[in-house]
Amino acid sequence: MDFLAPFIEVYTPEHFKFLLEGFGVTLKVAAISIVLSFIIGGLIGTLRYARIPVVSQLLAVIVETIRNLPLLLIIFFTYFALPEIGIEMEITTAAIAALTVFESAMLSEIIRSGLNSIEKGQIEAGRASGLNYIQTLRFIIMPQALRRMVPPIVSQFISLLKDTSLAVVIALPDLLHNGQIIYAQKGSYVIPVFVMVALMYFIVNYALSLIARRLELKQA
Amino acid sequence: MFKTKNFVKMALVTILAALFLAGCGGDKASNESSKDVLAQIKEDKKVVFGVKHDTRLFGLKNPSTGEVEGFDIDLSKALTEEMFGKDVKPEFVEVTSKTRVGLLNNGKVDAVVATMTITEERKKEVDFTDVYFDAGQSLLVKKGSKVQSIDDLKKDTTVLAVKGSTSSINIREKAPETTVLEFENYAEAFTALKADKGDALTTDDSILYGMAEEDPSFELVGGTFTEEPYGIAVKKGNTPLVDELNKALKSLKDSGKYDEIKDKWIKN
Amino acid sequence: MLDFSILTTNMDSFLEGLKITIIASLIALLGSFILGTLLAVMRIAPFKPLNWLGTAYVEFIRNIPVLVIVFFVYLAGNFGGMTAGTIGLTIYTAAFIAEAIRAGIMSVPRGQMEAARSTGLTYGQAMRMVILPQAIKIVIPPLGNQFINLVKNSSLLAVVAGGDLMYQGDLISAKTYLTFDTYVFVALFYLILTIPLSLGVGYLEKRLARSN
Repeated sequence: MDFLAPFIEVYTPEHFKFLLEGFGVTLKVAAISIVLSFIIGGLIGTLRYARIPVVSQLLAVIVETIRNLPLLLIIFFTYFALPEIGIEMEITTAAIAALTVFESAMLSEIIRSGLNSIEKGQIEAGRASGLNYIQTLRFIIMPQALRRMVPPIVSQFISLLKDTSLAVVIALPDLLHNGQIIYAQKGSYVIPVFVMVALMYFIVNYALSLIARRLELKQA
Repeated sequence: MFKTKNFVKMALVTILAALFLAGCGGDKASNESSKDVLAQIKEDKKVVFGVKHDTRLFGLKNPSTGEVEGFDIDLSKALTEEMFGKDVKPEFVEVTSKTRVGLLNNGKVDAVVATMTITEERKKEVDFTDVYFDAGQSLLVKKGSKVQSIDDLKKDTTVLAVKGSTSSINIREKAPETTVLEFENYAEAFTALKADKGDALTTDDSILYGMAEEDPSFELVGGTFTEEPYGIAVKKGNTPLVDELNKALKSLKDSGKYDEIKDKWIKN
Repeated sequence: MLDFSILTTNMDSFLEGLKITIIASLIALLGSFILGTLLAVMRIAPFKPLNWLGTAYVEFIRNIPVLVIVFFVYLAGNFGGMTAGTIGLTIYTAAFIAEAIRAGIMSVPRGQMEAARSTGLTYGQAMRMVILPQAIKIVIPPLGNQFINLVKNSSLLAVVAGGDLMYQGDLISAKTYLTFDTYVFVALFYLILTIPLSLGVGYLEKRLARSN
């Protein structure tokens, strides 16, 4: 029973409340970041799909550079390096900014390949029926592509929820951080806290992944 | 699909452009005019302290109440009252060893009271007050142990330390005959001590006090044999605040209030 | 312009970090490939409890942050930062590799297993000698992607003092007080590793798409 004692000590209503507060921050930061990333990533993905000379190539290089860097480096850079050139942000803002930069690059690829998956013939058909290029994209290609993109976007949101935990390095008071504060109270709290923190992440992310899977099945 | 060759070329161009832009942003570090900080504090009716949230005895957030508690916190409160009376309230912001200097420099916190050792290196970046806590390396042993000071660490003894830490290097120098077993972190080392894997555990006394508090069958012995003076850090050049803090610290020490706070948290 | 003296005076530290990043990523790749293959086979083996075990592992690990796993291994076990980080990365990445390998195995027509069994091979032999070699081809591009993720995720070693590139970069920035410049150099070192890998994976994907 010695092994169970710390579990009983850790699992109190106060600690749950404290962890849930942290999870609230995780969800808030993740939700804001996914919305911003969807807008920015959508724009970048569409511009790359449209193959506008110079712009598309430049975006390709930026996207590939960001995608090939560790998110942790981007977070460190945003919070610790940008102030050196006069850009200062609060912890939460810095976390959202860093996540948005990284996830926009990821989402732009999802959106671009979603657009690419629609047969090119449809553009010609749209144009032939008198629509201009933008209208064709908006009314014919986008709606079909968006439907196909939903499952990977939900998956990306799961990644984002997990990635938010990296912001503990700049002391964002998220789920993992509040867990750290609880186990700082006593050495024997480490395992019970991690079990609880992992379960909380798991429950939400697993539910999301089930939704993503169901959406995928619907389309198949 | 763009060509691989083009991609490499474009990548090089962008990296060069990034380097160039980085160079352009050359006038680094915003130089806000360091206006009268003390007047500002009185006007805002608050002084912001950067404190640890995860360090037992010094600055530890209590998950149940949401309050931060510890020696650093109580000292900050007492200093605030000593400097500004009841009008100005202390506020606490979490800092980590990594974030504390940045938060001072960008003005998010007025002073850092966070188990920060005064070193020559750090003095280049921030200004320190006088020492507010004399930490130093010490020994933690089971009560009634034959080891009562560093002189007792002879051939047949084993000391537990944390790998790569300065305390591990120090103990080899100061007690060359003893066997040193190194662990990855304090929790592991303490578990090993409880399991009789060694006669003593060595690191900063401030950390050892926390362990002794967690398990009262252990105690610190022999005092300290290195010096790790903790100071309060403020933004470089903020001399008026350093002076005020030093004055307040001195009068807290004179009035006995300092000892009262220290005894509350650190039990010898 | 960037202060290149950071690079020249700290080259040893950068290279040491780069070395650890590469070693940790390679070990974790090998480890998670072995563990991932095992899990994939468990998930499709004709024995229900094994299926459940494999599925539980994959679903649980995939849905929690890798940093939580790394911290847990570091704090709950007696490992150094580099070892704890590498073990944590292995545990995490194995779940993703298991999925990739399972998809690969499923892509081999069912009839092949039956044919192999009818020639007298056991299930294990048929899996090892007939199914897996064919599955591997399909699995290589996603494995490559996981390797890129591993190189990026190995930066988490920095959080547990694992001595990797990110960690060294942090130490250098604390020493030079030139965080911006130091991080740009750290980024360049990462790109030296990840960009060629990305190009390689892209090439393999294209070749595979053509051969189908």
